[in-house]
Amino acid sequence: MTPLPLDALLNRDGGPTLAGLDAGVRYGFFTDTSICIGCKACEVACKEWNAVPEARRAFTGNSMDNTGALGANAWRHVAFIEQSRAPQEPGGAGGTGPPQEPGGAGPRQEPVFADLTWFGDEPQALIPDFNGVAAAPDQDFRWLMASDVCKHCTEAACLEVCPTGAIFYTEYRTVVVQDDVCNGCGYCVTACPYGVIERREADGGAWKCTLCYDRMKGGKQPACAMACPTDSIQFGPLDHLRERADARVGELQEAGHPARLYGRDEDDGVSGNGAFFLLLDDPEVYRLPPDPVTPTRNLKAMWTSAGKAAALLAVGVVAAFMGGTSRR
Amino acid sequence: MTSSPVRTYYGTPVLKEPEWTWEVPWYLFVGGLGGASSVMAAVARRAGHDALADRAGLVAAGTAIASPALLIADLGRPSRFLNMLRVFKPTSAMSVGSWILAAYGALATGTGALRVLGWFPGLQRLVEGAAAVLGLPMATYTAVLMADSSIPVWHEARGELPFAFSGSAAASAGAAGILLAAAEDAGPARRLAVAGAAVELGAMQVMEQRLGELAEVYEVGPAGAFDKAAKGCTAAGAALVALGGAGRKGARRLASFAGAGLLLAGSICHRWSVYKAGFQSAADPRYVVKPQRERLDAGRGARPPA
Repeated sequence: MTPLPLDALLNRDGGPTLAGLDAGVRYGFFTDTSICIGCKACEVACKEWNAVPEARRAFTGNSMDNTGALGANAWRHVAFIEQSRAPQEPGGAGGTGPPQEPGGAGPRQEPVFADLTWFGDEPQALIPDFNGVAAAPDQDFRWLMASDVCKHCTEAACLEVCPTGAIFYTEYRTVVVQDDVCNGCGYCVTACPYGVIERREADGGAWKCTLCYDRMKGGKQPACAMACPTDSIQFGPLDHLRERADARVGELQEAGHPARLYGRDEDDGVSGNGAFFLLLDDPEVYRLPPDPVTPTRNLKAMWTSAGKAAALLAVGVVAAFMGGTSRR
Repeated sequence: MTSSPVRTYYGTPVLKEPEWTWEVPWYLFVGGLGGASSVMAAVARRAGHDALADRAGLVAAGTAIASPALLIADLGRPSRFLNMLRVFKPTSAMSVGSWILAAYGALATGTGALRVLGWFPGLQRLVEGAAAVLGLPMATYTAVLMADSSIPVWHEARGELPFAFSGSAAASAGAAGILLAAAEDAGPARRLAVAGAAVELGAMQVMEQRLGELAEVYEVGPAGAFDKAAKGCTAAGAALVALGGAGRKGARRLASFAGAGLLLAGSICHRWSVYKAGFQSAADPRYVVKPQRERLDAGRGARPPA
């Protein structure tokens, strides 16, 4: 393929795909969460193009996140994280409120009094409690937003465990479910280390992001990347995206931001992601597993153990019949 | 989990809970009962225990009819169950298991049918032997099925689950033999039942130690209740079976029967506890994040430390 100028990945140039996509080249997403503004245009564009059904209609109370999570009916999900202080500062709480005990709701913090001016209004005396995080008087507050998506793993667990072969690697090295083959066994759901793929109640099949395989076949970039107004979601050949991401994370780190890349490198537990991220905090703060591993990596150990257990069963049965001629 | 801080996204789950329903734990039980019964039937035949072999063979045939029905009912799209057999994928324990079940099911039901009909006596022994050979993976592959997942309590128990399952299978097959065969024929079944119960209880003990903090899910909620019931029933059942011995009537026969019933109940509860524990460990993000964060921070992550 002819190398694209890096800027050609950006939407202002109409996307990288005007000349058509090259089969055999790995394509993916680089989601730069540092410039996500939480507009959810990606969620809407994805739903619109892929005819993804309604996901939920509920108020979560978790900042501006009312989509909840990725799933069969949400292939892009924008996370909102409110932090009162950068986590690496001493005493910084970080995360989404105080750490909680398992099995129960954590303690809610007391409402915090603050003195903020909202767009020229009178100063406000009280900022209500938002999951224990409230704006402090010195504006010591940050709001992380991130558009999450299927990671299109190099070693895709969902694909490896699929017993029907419904999930396959495309010519762009993306991971796609072939709906007319899927029989809804749900094994991919237990395999995915990111909790992305899910069975759709309405039709019993497993669904997830296709990286807009149909649009790619037509030489167009995925709907979410097309719709993203800030180029937080960038689409293109993976090696180009990695170059861009390396440059961007370097800039941010130099400016003193705690930026890091997630899923970029091929030496992690899933051999890297086709859709990777620039994050400003630990992955788990965004609900991304910090050290995901494709479970099939340990398959040999599992079958070895099962073989030994089967041998023990055989020996046990034979032994039960030993003991001479007595039938007792 | 202890109270060391685990950072999560509003405490919401990282993983999806399994989509599986009640058919799956029953399938685990039925597959184990059938697989081990086939092994017992073939060995019994060769050891001259024909009565026990016949009964165990019928148990196996029955489970071989029930197993596919349970698996198909659990699918999101049952009408497409045959898609399971359009590929053979060694990376998928479910694909491998589907083929094991297909072959085992044919052999186990074939054995039963030939025996009942009295056809081809020479072939009977051959088919019975083949069913026993496939009964071994039938009784144990389901542990790989569970462990080959990202569900923390299943994946991290990958070394011990197969032994827990094969022990449970032996206990249930032995118990079925005790219930169905005459007391004087059931000696080997009793020994198998008691030994299987011991292996199941031992494997669970080792597993819980291996799981460390993750083993907490076996103490709370439905998994905790089933785990307690499984251990109680299995231990009491094994003790009663040992106590009852070869007694043909009265209290000893009753003890044998009650023990066998308890062993079957224990095996069922054991499968349910493992099944439910998977849901509980997926639902709580701490069980996913904490071990991963700890191994990363200790430089033991999948990714070599920088």
